[in-house]
Amino acid sequence: MNSTAKRQKQRKVLLMGKSGAGKSSMRSIVFSNYVAKDVRRLGATIDVEHSNIKFMGNLMLNLWDCGGQDGFVENYLTQSRNHVFGSVAVLIFVFDIESREFPADVISYSNIIRALHECSPGAKVFCLIHKMDLVQNRLRQAMFDERADYIREASEGFKDTVEFFATSIWDQSLYKAWTKIIYYLIPNAGTIEALLEQLAEVIDARELILYERTTCLTVAHVTRKTEEPNPFTDRFERISSILKTHKQSMARHTNIPAGSANFAEMQIKTGRFMFFITRLTENTNLAVAIPPSEQVFNAARVNIFQVRPKFAELDIASKPRPPIQQAFTGSADTMDSGDKGKGRDLGA
Amino acid sequence: MEDLPNAEQPPQEFPPQYHTGRVPNSKAGDGKPRLLLMGQRRSGKSSISSVVFHKLPPSETLYLETTYRIKKESMHSFMDFQVWDLPGHLDYFDPAFDTDNIFDEIGALIWVIDAQDEYLDAIQRLNMTILNLQQSYPNINIEVFVHKVDGLSDDFRGDTFRDIIQRVQDELSDNGYEQAPISFYQTSIYDHSIFEAFSKVIQKLIPQLPTLEALLNNLCGACNIEKAYLFDIMSKIYIATDTSPTDIVTYEVCSDYIDVVIDVSEIYGWDRPDEAQDDAETGNNDAESLITMEKKGSRYLYLREINKYLALVCIMGQEHPAEKKAIIDYNVGVFQAGLKQVFPKSDREAQVEIRATGEQ
Repeated sequence: MNSTAKRQKQRKVLLMGKSGAGKSSMRSIVFSNYVAKDVRRLGATIDVEHSNIKFMGNLMLNLWDCGGQDGFVENYLTQSRNHVFGSVAVLIFVFDIESREFPADVISYSNIIRALHECSPGAKVFCLIHKMDLVQNRLRQAMFDERADYIREASEGFKDTVEFFATSIWDQSLYKAWTKIIYYLIPNAGTIEALLEQLAEVIDARELILYERTTCLTVAHVTRKTEEPNPFTDRFERISSILKTHKQSMARHTNIPAGSANFAEMQIKTGRFMFFITRLTENTNLAVAIPPSEQVFNAARVNIFQVRPKFAELDIASKPRPPIQQAFTGSADTMDSGDKGKGRDLGA
Repeated sequence: MEDLPNAEQPPQEFPPQYHTGRVPNSKAGDGKPRLLLMGQRRSGKSSISSVVFHKLPPSETLYLETTYRIKKESMHSFMDFQVWDLPGHLDYFDPAFDTDNIFDEIGALIWVIDAQDEYLDAIQRLNMTILNLQQSYPNINIEVFVHKVDGLSDDFRGDTFRDIIQRVQDELSDNGYEQAPISFYQTSIYDHSIFEAFSKVIQKLIPQLPTLEALLNNLCGACNIEKAYLFDIMSKIYIATDTSPTDIVTYEVCSDYIDVVIDVSEIYGWDRPDEAQDDAETGNNDAESLITMEKKGSRYLYLREINKYLALVCIMGQEHPAEKKAIIDYNVGVFQAGLKQVFPKSDREAQVEIRATGEQ
């Protein structure tokens, strides 16, 4: 494997919005392992802060956290217009629900949208209506809808494609929005999903969730028939939020930085289901929900161990690959575990 | 004729003490020890009961309204108990109140003091209450929660806490009441301290506590467990732990871990229509969970559901879990059996039985 094959696909993501709207807070929580209450310490962002986050596959996020003070925004729109708005994949615009000058925010938004449309017309816009926790529960939906409609009217060239999310750093809504954004950005989501689907079938899983280790954001998931009627449709962002919280709790206890407080494995076995999380590739973990059976559980663990190289390949380049079945035959020969999983199916 | 002020009370064989783990005396016969939440208005009583017993997110407590009436709530768990939330603006020793009805069967009186506010009034009312109660109900545990400490800096928090203890004790001893059964806790609903404080309050009301501790100690010795907690799953209060030193961090980790298991179980444990068919397959009906960390030499976590209400959470020593799994499983099984003998029937009928024998 030479280094040219390893070339990352950089995707530029702009994070914009008025000063104090919560852009950097959001970024710190999702990407830098901050706890929600720690974001008080963050100061104002000066100009643009760049961060690179490596994701599953060949996706590298190039996140531009753009300070929202009027002076900076003026500068983005004039002097560095091409530099900032050129070749953007995604613009995330954050609105503060509590803002007293909402119409002014929207005017600033449409200026930015215009610049974006001019420099990268193919970009995608996500609007996050943030700090929803400050609104009383019963008013939330109505207020969100009202704001979203108003903003959509001002979205000009992106009117039909812009997506809205209500978010708050205090609950899983943040993960819901970011999961959607990440999913949009992953170039080979289809390939990953196809591979996961095959894997799910072989190990007889009810559901597979592939997530990135630092952010705990879901990259892809596969749900098989038995799990489809699951009443918790928000379970992916829930799991992100659960795992993230747990990661922080572990970090606090063991005094290791949250970045490296990864667990090697987690298992939960109950009479109704079995669930485990294990490492899949360098940056991702796989969460697996299976029927409650020790045999299926053990077979699944072995199979996932065997399939790791397949997913690791996705990280490198999109070369033609041998079909996945080969990876499993290998495991069946040596461990005899693939047969065990199937044997159970026949017996049941 | 002899005056019998305590005729209403069942006779006490030994003078009530701190940490005796005595059975809460229950006259009215509902068998439920009662926790009273008292304190000045706006000190955070309703917030505490919502956060601890109703799992309200702490940030939502801002929207709670003032309590105007006594709020009674029953908790059904390994031990049934009631929590009464008493509004702060009432004077309960006013003759118009039926004090007997309120204070009669309580196991513990929790007095909440807002540490961020002027607390002299609160202390004065607390002392008045203690002195009043001491005459008729000397065996009530008084638990003082110095609350909302999250808003104070570390130094100031300690000073405030000591100052409050000092003032309460000085005033009580001035009134000739030296050995009052009072304990103090620093609490906040924004971290785990409120749960830890509640754990300690509840533990004093469990007569089996010494036995439970002994069981846990044995278990720890046998399986190289660093710290074991027996949790009430619903409230995340721990009802016992082994006798090695406790620190709040280990408690936090274990309690967060329970959250993870409960949350994941909620997501995937929904009622499946086709579930009944392969019952024989399922290995274990008690939930079990294990977390190993990637970093070398890290400890790992182990959780095991003991019964409907209780879960055992352990922080294990530094060996590889797979090697010792069998020993642990066996020993936890033994522990489970032991626990069954301590709480012979953890359900309703057992309590009815106890009550019946008590009345004879």
